[in-house]
Amino acid sequence: MVVNGKKLIEILDRIADVIEENKLMLTELDAAIGDGDHGINMSRGFHAVREKLKDDDGSDIGIILKKAGMALVSNVGGAAGPLYGTAFLKAGAVVEGKQTVDVADLENMLKSALEGIKMRGHAEPKDKTMVDAAEEALNALNSSNAAGESPQQAIKAAVDAAYLGLENTKDMIARKGRASYLAERSIGHKDAGAASFALILKTIFDELYGQESS
Amino acid sequence: MKKFINNPERVVDEMLEGMVAAHPEYIRKLEGFNVLARKNAPVIGKVALVSGGGSGHEPAHGGYVGKGMLDAAVCGNVFTSPTPDPILEAIKAVNGGAGVLLIVKNYTGDVMNFEMARDIAEMEGINVDYVIVNDDVAVENSTYTAGRRGIAGTVFVHKIAGAKAETGAGIKEIKATALKVISNVRSMGMALSPCIIPAAGKPNFTLLESEMEIGMGIHGEPGTHREKIRTADELAAQLMDKILEDMSLHAGDEVAVMINGLAATPLMELYIINRRVHDILKQNEIKIYKTFVGEFMTSLEMAGCSVSILKLDDELKLLLDAEADTPAFKVI
Repeated sequence: MVVNGKKLIEILDRIADVIEENKLMLTELDAAIGDGDHGINMSRGFHAVREKLKDDDGSDIGIILKKAGMALVSNVGGAAGPLYGTAFLKAGAVVEGKQTVDVADLENMLKSALEGIKMRGHAEPKDKTMVDAAEEALNALNSSNAAGESPQQAIKAAVDAAYLGLENTKDMIARKGRASYLAERSIGHKDAGAASFALILKTIFDELYGQESS
Repeated sequence: MKKFINNPERVVDEMLEGMVAAHPEYIRKLEGFNVLARKNAPVIGKVALVSGGGSGHEPAHGGYVGKGMLDAAVCGNVFTSPTPDPILEAIKAVNGGAGVLLIVKNYTGDVMNFEMARDIAEMEGINVDYVIVNDDVAVENSTYTAGRRGIAGTVFVHKIAGAKAETGAGIKEIKATALKVISNVRSMGMALSPCIIPAAGKPNFTLLESEMEIGMGIHGEPGTHREKIRTADELAAQLMDKILEDMSLHAGDEVAVMINGLAATPLMELYIINRRVHDILKQNEIKIYKTFVGEFMTSLEMAGCSVSILKLDDELKLLLDAEADTPAFKVI
């Protein structure tokens, strides 16, 4: 797997569509235990990413991710804006100047993004946040890469792990964000941020390897 | 939904245009951003204070921009934190060279967006620090939640930190005073009816005709519990029990009281609540130095109120009495 800037912009473009298609699902997850605007905010944010990258020449992966991060920070709002914005900025920082990235780079990017999310949100695993999807995904990607699996297998494992992480949030008591005020009443609902995270990762896989293999 | 609006997507922009039209002697709007700044900002040599958050809580925070309180208010969409960009613009516009102190209510989105703006401003060489207000005792303050929410007690932080900044104090001293207010103030609210976010078009929660929610937040967040409506005296006592339980107040201590209407509750009812709050404080031999009754931090058209109690010392009394001249809060 080698992704160049042009392909990355295509992937980000597709993410905007997929978020739009899943806007209602994300908003409903959020409405159950949060304030019900996650889908709307994320859709606005990724459309801004598309707009911002429209004229990018695709020559520097780091710059593309930084532009995406800034567009998310400026347009998503709420808590998801700073979190996803920081994630993309941090991912971009580790591939600065690169024309292409491979699966080892993807692991570094995900690691750096997760660190950024934890730093910005002061969140840890089991807080019922996107960290729970991201952490599982990173661990799976790391194990698969270490075991010498193919990039396709490794990214597939990361996507599956992200969805497992998302499922796990259902049984957790929220400790961050507005959902935390519900304490035990937050049990039984999946976290909207973990859902959008898993969805983004799945879209990356689908764009690289086609939907039928997922 | 019955509201005086033109377009749900433009309520904040149009409100700001109307506010600037009403108070041109106090405030101006930053071109291209939903930020209200003091007309004469930046005040050279003075530490600037910036607050803000989601809109829908008017007069918070734009109404508190002026002498003796805020230098700028950043106005997000209704009940939604502003993004870092307008916060950064506000910081730049009001920085008079002595630094900028941000006053942030404790909500996850607000804290993250203000922190990001602070990080970027610091990279640009501006000295920025911040305080987080968390006065709402309805929410348990534990490591297992996002912490207590910031509600009407925030207005005391604006007033007192703002007065301190006017004295020419440095950013560290002002922050220390703001933190003292935060550690000395407790609030709790209750709601009789929900509110409608214009873009959503429907109430954000429902309450039966005979029902109310004790401890409800200013965005309709859940409180401690729901119960049947009772007399004003009983409800005031319920809020005061929870507030006093959480404060170390002793006979002879002095306090400031704020009875805050959430927008649809008449002043008549706020004064009835205030009457009982005063009785309770007197029974506890606590001296009431000053009382504020009115709408300071609202929640769109929600019916309800909050009570805030601020424990005072000599410094806080002096600063509370200092001149403030803003559209919504004046001390002469």
